[in-house]
Amino acid sequence: MLSVKHLIDTTSLTADDITQILDTARSFSEVNKRAIKKVPALRGRTIVNLFLEPSTRTKSSFELAEKRLSADSLSMGGATSSVVKGESLADTIETIDAMNVDMFICRAKLAGTPQKITEHTDAIVINAGDGKHQHPTQAMLDLYTIRENFGHLDGLKVAIVGDLSHSRVCGSLVPALKTMGADVTLVGPPTFQVDDPDYYGVPQTADLDEVIPEMDVVYMLRVQLERMEGAAIPSRREYNRLWGLDMSRVNKMKPEAIICHPGPMNRGMEINADVADCARSRILDQVNAGVLTRMAEMYLLLGGENNGVSA
Amino acid sequence: MAYLLKSAHVVDPQVGLDDVRDVLIDGEKIVEVGEGLAAPEGAVVIDAAGKYLVPGLVDMHVHFRDPGFEYKETIESGARAAVHGGFTDVATMPNTDPVTDNGAEVRYQIDRARHAGFCHVRPIGALTVGEKGEQLAEIGDMVMEGAVAFSDDGHGVQGAGMMRTCMEYVSQFDKVVSAHCEVESLTTHGVINEGRASTRLGMFGWPALGEELEIYRDIELCRMTGCALHIAHISTEKGLNLVRAAKAEGLPVTCEVTPHHLFLCEDDITDAYDTNLKMNPPLRTAADAAALREGILDGSIDCVVTDHAPHAPHEKDCEWEIAFFGIVGLETSLPLMLTNLVLPGTMSWSRLVEVMAVNPRRCLRLPEVRVEAGSTADLTLIDASAQVTVTEDWLQSRSKNSAWLGATLTGRATDVFVAGRRTLTDGEPTPVRRGIR
Repeated sequence: MLSVKHLIDTTSLTADDITQILDTARSFSEVNKRAIKKVPALRGRTIVNLFLEPSTRTKSSFELAEKRLSADSLSMGGATSSVVKGESLADTIETIDAMNVDMFICRAKLAGTPQKITEHTDAIVINAGDGKHQHPTQAMLDLYTIRENFGHLDGLKVAIVGDLSHSRVCGSLVPALKTMGADVTLVGPPTFQVDDPDYYGVPQTADLDEVIPEMDVVYMLRVQLERMEGAAIPSRREYNRLWGLDMSRVNKMKPEAIICHPGPMNRGMEINADVADCARSRILDQVNAGVLTRMAEMYLLLGGENNGVSA
Repeated sequence: MAYLLKSAHVVDPQVGLDDVRDVLIDGEKIVEVGEGLAAPEGAVVIDAAGKYLVPGLVDMHVHFRDPGFEYKETIESGARAAVHGGFTDVATMPNTDPVTDNGAEVRYQIDRARHAGFCHVRPIGALTVGEKGEQLAEIGDMVMEGAVAFSDDGHGVQGAGMMRTCMEYVSQFDKVVSAHCEVESLTTHGVINEGRASTRLGMFGWPALGEELEIYRDIELCRMTGCALHIAHISTEKGLNLVRAAKAEGLPVTCEVTPHHLFLCEDDITDAYDTNLKMNPPLRTAADAAALREGILDGSIDCVVTDHAPHAPHEKDCEWEIAFFGIVGLETSLPLMLTNLVLPGTMSWSRLVEVMAVNPRRCLRLPEVRVEAGSTADLTLIDASAQVTVTEDWLQSRSKNSAWLGATLTGRATDVFVAGRRTLTDGEPTPVRRGIR
């Protein structure tokens, strides 16, 4: 049992919650290696994937996780939802809620949307990314990936690099890492730094080269080109030169250090192509972990143990 | 009609009164203030024992949405809410549709308000045509039709040269320019105070500097042009210190603060993203709010205003980033000041009367209202022990977007006299049938 009803943000999660999610995800990894990749854990449960902002990888990851747990799911969003026709969020949610669904997976471009949804339904809500606020399921898959690699999270040094202020990934990952005892450093151009790093209680710097030799994990953020308002950096070229992860920087990393990226990558901007594909890269492991951890989150929040299948 | 208010605790620092008196109103005027007054024949006698009688309260910063957005508020519904909150006068900001930027629009509001028969509505005219910041509005025409001040409230006048022109032009009329201070190139997409709150909730920040820089600019333009300057809805400690310094120099600078910037701060905005806490300027830090409370006590801040900003449910019951800015405030302003400052003993009744009646009248260049014989009978009678629970039903405003829904406050106006007409009676709005003058 998790201590929360919904998965809205990582600040509400305890270390025990996170450990449960990661342990449960690990038990599902065996399912995903079978020829028949399916368990009946959520049979008869209805899950709505409400994607109010374009998404490919998060949406397909959730859809696969739902299928592997035998849930009935419905995907709405973008051109297929009435939100684009001017319907309010409240009306959309109450309409879907009237059809008796068990869970909403919500991706939205506006911060706080998943929380607003909880005010209009009794169903459980998972935040699949809301504006610049939080992306907790991304944080869980990142923690899973890092823990599988090192066997633990506490004491690890993690640099999160790049477009910090526009990043919901940063918003979720920093509190989750801190809860699990990791040391976090934020690195990015001053124009991309978070307004108040003291809120997270972590150092923030513009100098990537200074911190990179100390780190166990170098986590490169996607530059949110679509979310940039005003020219906060002069050019892709300069960004790559100052904050891009290239082989010369990779060669200064600790021997056992790894590289993560939430995707989709801007190759040649925040990460060079040869780096993305190098032995230190855990980027595809993250994608696999996404399905496992999302299975775990839905299973735990929907009380899957009551369906007679132990994870 | 004559009214005799018996044994009211009269507070009026203008006449040095803070004691129990009888007050006799006849026609539009106060005819006698004294002890043991006898009721003339036909006078209505009101037992005001235990209640406070003060010069009519004035809110010099409200939005009545009429014409153009009558679904949010009309002059009639706004004026009803105003007397319900204890106000005899309100000054309406010009961001209507069309914008109140000419004499005919000013006259329209005054006529509508007279017809509604609740209180004086004093239009504030736009500084520039359409509040676009490009071309001087017909300010003289508006003065002649009854505009009391000028403002492009809703935005700052972005160009310093344009603001200089506005202030130079207004300086000939003995009217104040009320400045909404916001450098839009700094605030851009900001929807919440920049800093802890913007980081915590993941939204674009509205930096304090966006307000303070323009306060500084406008104070310097005040020095240059000699035009009286009033800083609207001040929200930061640093901005307040700029005003303090200007006053110390003797510049004609005043400022106002809202109850929400006094009694709420960014920490009150939780993960629930309650959009009734979204306003412009945004709720600032707890330290800013404390500094503003200090400023209202030490005289640095001249007036309490509500920035009453009605919005329909569908404009607030949505995601924070697309919700409209602003909250209603006319009906909670006096109860909040009483509950938070006066009743605990932090603020004197005299100071309350200064910031809610005397100073705003002075800023708007309205005739003084004093509790003495010969003065216009614009008066507010307050029951300082009455409990008020703020509910949608209790609010008379057409819109219900209050930050205090569900709160129980202590103290409220029970009766309001506007030019001798009783337009709030035992807490219920009672419009004058043939309109007020």
